[in-house]
Amino acid sequence: MTDHKIKIATTSLAGCFGCHMSFLDMDEKLAILSEYIEFNRSPFTDIKHCEPSDIGLIEGGVCTAENVHVLREFRTHCRILVAVGACAITGGVPAMRNYFDLRDCLEEAYLHGAGITNPQIPNDTELPLLLDKVYPVGDVVKIDYFLPGCPPPADAFLQLLLPLLDGKAPQMTGEKLHYD
Amino acid sequence: MANNEHTITIDGTEIHFKAGQTIMDAALSAKIYIPHLCHYPGLTPSGNCRLCVVELNGKHVTACTTQAQFGQQIRNQTPELHAARMAITQMLFVEGNHICPSCEKSGNCKLQAMGYYLGMRDEHYPQFNPRREMDASHPAVLLDRSRCILCDLCVRASREVDGKNVFAIAGRGIHAHLIVNSASGKLGDSDIAVDDVAANICPVGAILIKEKGYVTPIGRRIYDQRMISEVAFDEHVPEHEEHGND
Ligand code: SF4
Ligand code: SF4
Repeated sequence: MTDHKIKIATTSLAGCFGCHMSFLDMDEKLAILSEYIEFNRSPFTDIKHCEPSDIGLIEGGVCTAENVHVLREFRTHCRILVAVGACAITGGVPAMRNYFDLRDCLEEAYLHGAGITNPQIPNDTELPLLLDKVYPVGDVVKIDYFLPGCPPPADAFLQLLLPLLDGKAPQMTGEKLHYD
Repeated sequence: MANNEHTITIDGTEIHFKAGQTIMDAALSAKIYIPHLCHYPGLTPSGNCRLCVVELNGKHVTACTTQAQFGQQIRNQTPELHAARMAITQMLFVEGNHICPSCEKSGNCKLQAMGYYLGMRDEHYPQFNPRREMDASHPAVLLDRSRCILCDLCVRASREVDGKNVFAIAGRGIHAHLIVNSASGKLGDSDIAVDDVAANICPVGAILIKEKGYVTPIGRRIYDQRMISEVAFDEHVPEHEEHGND
């Protein structure tokens, strides 16, 4: 392994944070890993923008204009970009809205849904614009590695990261492959 | 075995075949796995998924529709065929709405199991996000066309085993879709029954039995335990008298 710490940046786009939780599921192995890595922009830090990093882990698909912005920033700054989990790789559960028109989804959620007292479709300028569909991250930027699973098991993160820390291409074994 | 006239060679292994057997049937009997999704022993082969394409004397043929003949030299597990099978599987994933984490079929699904078998990490091609009609009109059987891979298994099972002719594939190319043979075109008005082979043979989550969701939890399902390459040897539809009623 190198003598300086490897910088890792992570983010959740249209994801549920399950992949981040799975990362934390490494438990005591995280203590070993922390000798070799440090986090840049990530929910684990309070850094607002992705700075030059060795590895970027992207959880979640792309469903808003802001997601596109964040994803592009990661692509610019991360030497190796990894799509983590079903949502990043295929759009995942959020992509179920692709079966319907965006207008129908918004109207169902904010106008006609059960228990709505003040029906209105939010349009605050602070809110990022929704895209017509939820896209896999690979449809927006080039991705170097894919870590499938919903979420990928904790050991799969290790199987990916340990060779990368050594400057080698990761090889994932079959039993770590999950799509569910 | 060496002097027997009924032998073929697959990846250097000589195996025996019975007269009239296809390469696929001979391979399955010899416990050699040739990847496939649209083939099911006991049903007439239809050769449409193309995963079972093998190299026969330098040419590409579908193992499920090609008769075994003495002396055939077949290559099955090659890097080129693996790459082609991967591309086909990835295309099948992007052509439908395959959202495994929220799909009831997860763990029992052959398409997913094929992904595991081939070591698929991503879908490679852009998502197609089709919108296809869902049919929930039957009290016990659900049809979600957005996950149908047009393997034709339900069509053949209904016709050849159940003797009913409930399904057919209509349209061509990108417009191909599964139709139901009833006046309204709805499953609820067809004569499909929950125990029909056609209702239970779908390799993906396009035909599902209602009110059975999660009887077996994820993690304990078929392909959570075993690879598709092992399960394939145990599959067989009971022998039937006649093929077809049309
Ligand atoms: S049918 Fe199979 S491949 Fe498609 S979403 Fe369901 S489990 Fe996944
Ligand atoms: S519904 Fe299922 S069995 Fe029928 S053609 Fe589609 S994928 Fe095949």
